Amino acid sequence: MANSLTIRNVEAGYGSVRVLYGVSMDVNDGETVVLLGSNGNGKSTLIKCITGIVQPSGGEILLSVDGQQVNLIGKSPEEIVDLGIALVPEGRRLFPALSVEENLMLGAYRKAARARIEENLEFVYTAFPRLRERAGQLAGSMSGGEQQMVAVARALMSEPRVLLVDEPSVGLAPILVSRMIAKIKELKDERNLTVLMAEQNFNQAIKIADRGYIIVHGHIEFEGESADALRNNEMIREYYLGA
Amino acid sequence: MKISPFWIITVLILIGGYLFAEWAENQFLFFAGYVVLQSLIMAVAWNILGGFTGYVNFGSAGFFAVGAYTAIALHQFLEAPLIVLIIIAGVVCGLIGLGTGYLTLRLRGVYFAIATLAMAIVFESLITNWEYVGGSTGAYVITPTEVAFFDSYIEMLFVLMLFLALVSVAVSRYLSISRIGQGLAAIRDDETAAECMGVPTLRLKLISTTVMGAMMGVCGAPFPFFVTYINPLSAFDLLIAVNSIAMPMIGGTAVWFGPVIGALLLGTIQQIITVTVSSELNILIVGVVLVLFVALAPRGIVGLVQDVMKKRRGK
Repeated sequence: MANSLTIRNVEAGYGSVRVLYGVSMDVNDGETVVLLGSNGNGKSTLIKCITGIVQPSGGEILLSVDGQQVNLIGKSPEEIVDLGIALVPEGRRLFPALSVEENLMLGAYRKAARARIEENLEFVYTAFPRLRERAGQLAGSMSGGEQQMVAVARALMSEPRVLLVDEPSVGLAPILVSRMIAKIKELKDERNLTVLMAEQNFNQAIKIADRGYIIVHGHIEFEGESADALRNNEMIREYYLGA
Repeated sequence: MKISPFWIITVLILIGGYLFAEWAENQFLFFAGYVVLQSLIMAVAWNILGGFTGYVNFGSAGFFAVGAYTAIALHQFLEAPLIVLIIIAGVVCGLIGLGTGYLTLRLRGVYFAIATLAMAIVFESLITNWEYVGGSTGAYVITPTEVAFFDSYIEMLFVLMLFLALVSVAVSRYLSISRIGQGLAAIRDDETAAECMGVPTLRLKLISTTVMGAMMGVCGAPFPFFVTYINPLSAFDLLIAVNSIAMPMIGGTAVWFGPVIGALLLGTIQQIITVTVSSELNILIVGVVLVLFVALAPRGIVGLVQDVMKKRRGK
């Protein structure tokens, strides 16, 4: 079944500060789409709009799941998670005083995922063997790379159709970023996910991207139909590659 | 069907309590026991919101007193049996808990704490000015001299309180080990992250405030019949609010049995000191013990024991 996300003319902000000015994007079934942009351009705000943490002041966010289309605007975060969207938040946002396994169980709060907690736990432990070893350890006492594994595994515990990944590279050493990005690609293929990843690390994100958008000051400035189109774009050269 | 040891122990304690009431001669034991059990229920109730969910409530005495005064008002009005008064007081305070939740749960941290304190003061002013329940002069309750199955009224109150305490502990234990408890722990750790994971944070917080309020109301309802004279000063006593925070902190707030340990320990010490030294020294003792625990064992007795066991295993 096709799962996709259609974002049309989304406007959002915090109080009197406008952040997004009519943002439109598409994430089609089975794609990995990257949202590129440096800090403060609205990447995380858009992700928050999709997950219902921030309510947009205008526009539409349509989710298609199993042939049904739902407008996410006005829905609460828990309803959105119930529809099959999972988030790997920026900065991981684990529950530091809870154990790794308790963190993973909280990922399975979605009603549809409760029946298969055992299988999903086995799946994420197989994907990240380190987490099985550390199941009883407090999440807050783990290294950054391990914490990122917990964050991704926790999101997968809800059996999402659409996975949102917000800045997976923050606070990680470059080698760990590469591994994590490769792992996300691997998991996406195994679980037939549709992925939207917000990232400022262009070189890492582009490795697994099918398509991408560049957001600057709340406007989508460029839409790259392929990884190469992004790589050869002048704005990318200017912003990221320093050429 | 497998019956967990928890339920067997619970039933045994209740039977033990009844037999104790039948056998024991010294009436003081029932009075002291009642007070300890009362603070145990308050501690367990406080811990549902303060310990599991991480929202500190300074207004415990408010819920307790509203429970007590609901019982007084209905007793004057209907002369209803005690058990009915307890149930209605629980419902009323549960609704107040729900309302408090709706009004104040947008506030976090210290602001929430202040709001609950303010709420208790509002209720105190209302009751002080409500003539029907005695206003500031207070109200007398005449308790029956004979009760079925028990030798005296205080014995019945003691066993009743034991029953209510066991129910509170069972409810709190259920909340902590169920899926609800997982969600509450997530809220305590990082509320925004919990929301992102699809944890219904508002609903869980409202469950938490409602259960806390209801439990405190249930705890307050028999109070007028225990003391036979009640005024706003005694019902809104500072010690009630302080104890209900101190006991979970001393026992350990993260697990359901933490407040039980804290209440039994601190409550018993308080009773012994009241008899042997003076009742005024009570509140000083609570203060000193609390400061010691916050400084030396911030996770309470439960945390202390866990640390020791971890070290042993390490060796």
